[in-house]
Amino acid sequence: MSDMLPTGKVTGVNGNMVSVAFDDRVIQNEVAFVVTDDNERLKGELIRVRGREADIQVFESTVGIKVGNKVEFSGELLSVELGPGLLTQVYDGLQNPLPELAKQAGYFLKRGLYVYPLDREKTWDYSPAAKVGDKLMAGDMVGSVPEGIFTHRIMLPFAWLGEWEITWTAGAGAYNIDTVVAKAKNGDEERDITMVQTWPVKIPITCYDEKLMPREPLITQVRIIDSFFPVAKGGTFCTPGPFGAGKTVLQHALSQRSEVDVVIVAACGERAGEVVEILREFPHLEDPRTGRHLIDRTIIVCNTSSMPVAAREASIYTSVTLAEYYRQMGLSVLLLADSTSRWAQALREVSGRLEEIPGEEAFPAYLESLVAGFYERAGLVRLRDDSQGSITICGAVSPAGGNFEEPVTQATLKVVGSFLALSRDRANARRYPAIHPLDSWSKYNSLIPKAKINEARDMLRAGDEVNQMMKVVGEEGTPTGDFVQYLKGEFIDAVYLQQNTFDKIDGACGSERQQYVFDKLLDVIRHKFSFADRDAARSFFQRLRQEFIDWNYCPWGSDTFKAAEEKINSLIKNGQ
Amino acid sequence: MRKIYHRIIQISGNVITVEADNVANSELAEVKSDRGTSLAQVIRLDKNRVYLQVFAGSRGIATDSEVRFLGHPMRIAADDALLGRIFSGNGQPRDKGPALHDNLIDIGGPSVNPANRIIPRNMIRTGLPMIDVFNTLVESQKLPIFSVAGEPYNELLARIAMQAEVDLIILGGMGLKYDDYLYFKETLDEHGALSRTVMFIHTASDPIVECLLVPDMALAAAEHFATNEGKRVLVLLTDMTNFCDALKEIAITMEQIPSNRGYPGDLYSQLAARYEKAVDFETAGSITILAVTTMPGDDVTHPVPDNTGYITEGQFYLVNGRIEPFGSLSRLKQQVNSETRADHRALMDNMIRLYAEYKESLEKQSMGFRMSNWDDKLLKYGALFEQRMMDLSVNIPLEEALDLGWKTLAECFQPTETGIKSDLVKQFWPKTDDSDKKD
Repeated sequence: MSDMLPTGKVTGVNGNMVSVAFDDRVIQNEVAFVVTDDNERLKGELIRVRGREADIQVFESTVGIKVGNKVEFSGELLSVELGPGLLTQVYDGLQNPLPELAKQAGYFLKRGLYVYPLDREKTWDYSPAAKVGDKLMAGDMVGSVPEGIFTHRIMLPFAWLGEWEITWTAGAGAYNIDTVVAKAKNGDEERDITMVQTWPVKIPITCYDEKLMPREPLITQVRIIDSFFPVAKGGTFCTPGPFGAGKTVLQHALSQRSEVDVVIVAACGERAGEVVEILREFPHLEDPRTGRHLIDRTIIVCNTSSMPVAAREASIYTSVTLAEYYRQMGLSVLLLADSTSRWAQALREVSGRLEEIPGEEAFPAYLESLVAGFYERAGLVRLRDDSQGSITICGAVSPAGGNFEEPVTQATLKVVGSFLALSRDRANARRYPAIHPLDSWSKYNSLIPKAKINEARDMLRAGDEVNQMMKVVGEEGTPTGDFVQYLKGEFIDAVYLQQNTFDKIDGACGSERQQYVFDKLLDVIRHKFSFADRDAARSFFQRLRQEFIDWNYCPWGSDTFKAAEEKINSLIKNGQ
Repeated sequence: MRKIYHRIIQISGNVITVEADNVANSELAEVKSDRGTSLAQVIRLDKNRVYLQVFAGSRGIATDSEVRFLGHPMRIAADDALLGRIFSGNGQPRDKGPALHDNLIDIGGPSVNPANRIIPRNMIRTGLPMIDVFNTLVESQKLPIFSVAGEPYNELLARIAMQAEVDLIILGGMGLKYDDYLYFKETLDEHGALSRTVMFIHTASDPIVECLLVPDMALAAAEHFATNEGKRVLVLLTDMTNFCDALKEIAITMEQIPSNRGYPGDLYSQLAARYEKAVDFETAGSITILAVTTMPGDDVTHPVPDNTGYITEGQFYLVNGRIEPFGSLSRLKQQVNSETRADHRALMDNMIRLYAEYKESLEKQSMGFRMSNWDDKLLKYGALFEQRMMDLSVNIPLEEALDLGWKTLAECFQPTETGIKSDLVKQFWPKTDDSDKKD
């Protein structure tokens, strides 16, 4: 079959950019393979055509490629396979399953080795949904298979235009993904439907009726996010921060504890070690919502920093396409992209090799539109069968020097609904999660009424002002009343904003508990204490803080929880 | 027999261009000039034009100098014969020993499949409280030492090398002062560690291109020992800023568009390709990387430390001869410090938090404000902390260091003032009598 496809010859190599002379026709962004002397077939994407010469960015190391090597054009855009069996998988940026590569190639990745993304042998219990004579559009359900706890919809392929009439369906039964489960016709054309379809990653899937306003909060169980800077299902948020500010720990907490159906972790150009934790732990960690393992709702797309850069660029698109696929089944999906800055850097490297005129900090001029295009693939949608599906995107940003003025952060801030600014100062003071309570913002609704949140924020702000002032006038120049405001601000920070992610109980603070604890916090904020002097105030708040922290570690609703609460109540009541 | 080419059509910086056929990307060549023979590497192909980076520099190369392609990329011997040897940045022996020709492997090999990695699980004990207690070093970790010129970073590196519990040490020196090279050689020799050491040394006076090859050679050797022989290897690299500057120099000669302060846009990927070689395997050994990064102008937002910080699993700041407690961070410590002792984490977090408060009090004091009771306690604590914990010449096991931490807290504070969970206080807070006796 490959003899029939057009071919070309290598005319130049510059980094991962290979120039190819061709005679036939080529397609922009089609996949091509460079065949080396050792018969390795190296995958690449065509990204520019000039005259009879095309430039291909190769997704692998280009060591050993020679001028004159053969290039095979595939005629297809860079695509992913969609079908049952995606969940629990660990893919590289081009959707090769990494464990399978490991089986075939050993410790190290081997270039030119590509494996089917989905298991071809495994059978799935198929139940038909559409009947002969039904008229379906792209994305409508043809049948379904159970995949873990989900009903995995087998849909009319997204790429099929117009209305298709079902002409034949298979009965219920166990089939592998390549089995034809239905046939449909449109005019004179009849096509087979199997459980698997492909979709080009750089094009959004839009088989839904309309996009809706994201309103329902997505519970992450991280107090400072859910209460103060909430995220909505179908919304977008970003977590920019300098290195060491806890981006990755936060992303891990989100991937474990967020109350969504499917989580897609896109490890894009970051450390491999971070993925390994997910890889090794998720199969054992229980998902409290379903009683199954976390891995059962997770897909990992992993193109870490030392893997080829061009595939890193693709990995973000691969991830969001997988997210869209599960959204089409009426599920809520959380996509965690760590880090979008590495993706932008990959774009910059490619742009540099193409010798394009550089924009700010040598990033390509079209960076903003690509960033916007990515985040806009998030959203809450009403599907054609009236069910709703959502994609929430959380992008980590790694600004150079921790400076938020840089192009990637700025391009991201324009298109996200919530901004969680991670601060180096807070991280240095070990105040985790290091989300800055005054710099961050969110446009979504919190699970705590707005008036209450504002009360707490006002106290934080007032406390901060007193603190600033104290740096000038000193503690002795601060009236006890002001000093108590400062202590209250610090108290909110210590017992509510800070949270120990590594603790099972404190790390997972559900919505009910947050609402309950927040009210207690307000009791403290509102209480008018009268202390003899500043030292008395300080030691009172130190004791209260201690009791409150102990309370945070008690299981929700348990006896110890109630006992600890009693202690706090009496402390507040007797507080001088 | 490979063809020999005599017509060099362009010489620009250290890059020469010849017209040749059937040449592979990244292949090596030998360039002969009146000054002698140098290796060169193919860095770009354009039709029949081959761009070569000449390791020894282009000075003295004539347009008719001889270029002979070798048909393979840069290689080193993967062999026990490496042990105890010292090599230059071009792979040739720097000691008086013979060149090695057996079991050659390509350097700069592919990345480890993430699916084969395991969660780091073994602490590397160093005997330094600032590392063991507060920023535990873990097998397979990649950790830079951020410092500035004049700080004793090479001494610290050597000290960790001596005290750390590993099988093999591979030292990669880039732009090393000749004295520093001799210092490493002598120190390792004194401690009888030379026989379990391999050194790849590029000194400041060697050709700049050879600087780029040092980490790749060191890490290729490390990979061999870790995967084939199951050894726990510690790779020491100093100084990665010189490596980055070499990258910059060469990128600019190649007319690449610079991204930030002249550094190429792929600086992050270049660094990551090296640092990510740090790994721990289920069925083989491990590679741990400690690298010195000097910060130009003591500026951590400079592209080199900045990109490094995003790649590595934490960093040590070496300031005024001490490992700075803020900013210094071992990201992997969470993997091991829950199993060392129950109080390890809580003690670590709260001691640092209190030390941060001490710094604030110190600031207030220096501005002439009256010190409250609380400030006085903090000042006492801070002084003890610096004296007992931060001294880099202290050499005590972790457990002893933790006890010392509790003792310090008890001497300065009431238990509720520390913010430590009550059950830990109950278990570890020194009894008043005991601490009196110790004093």
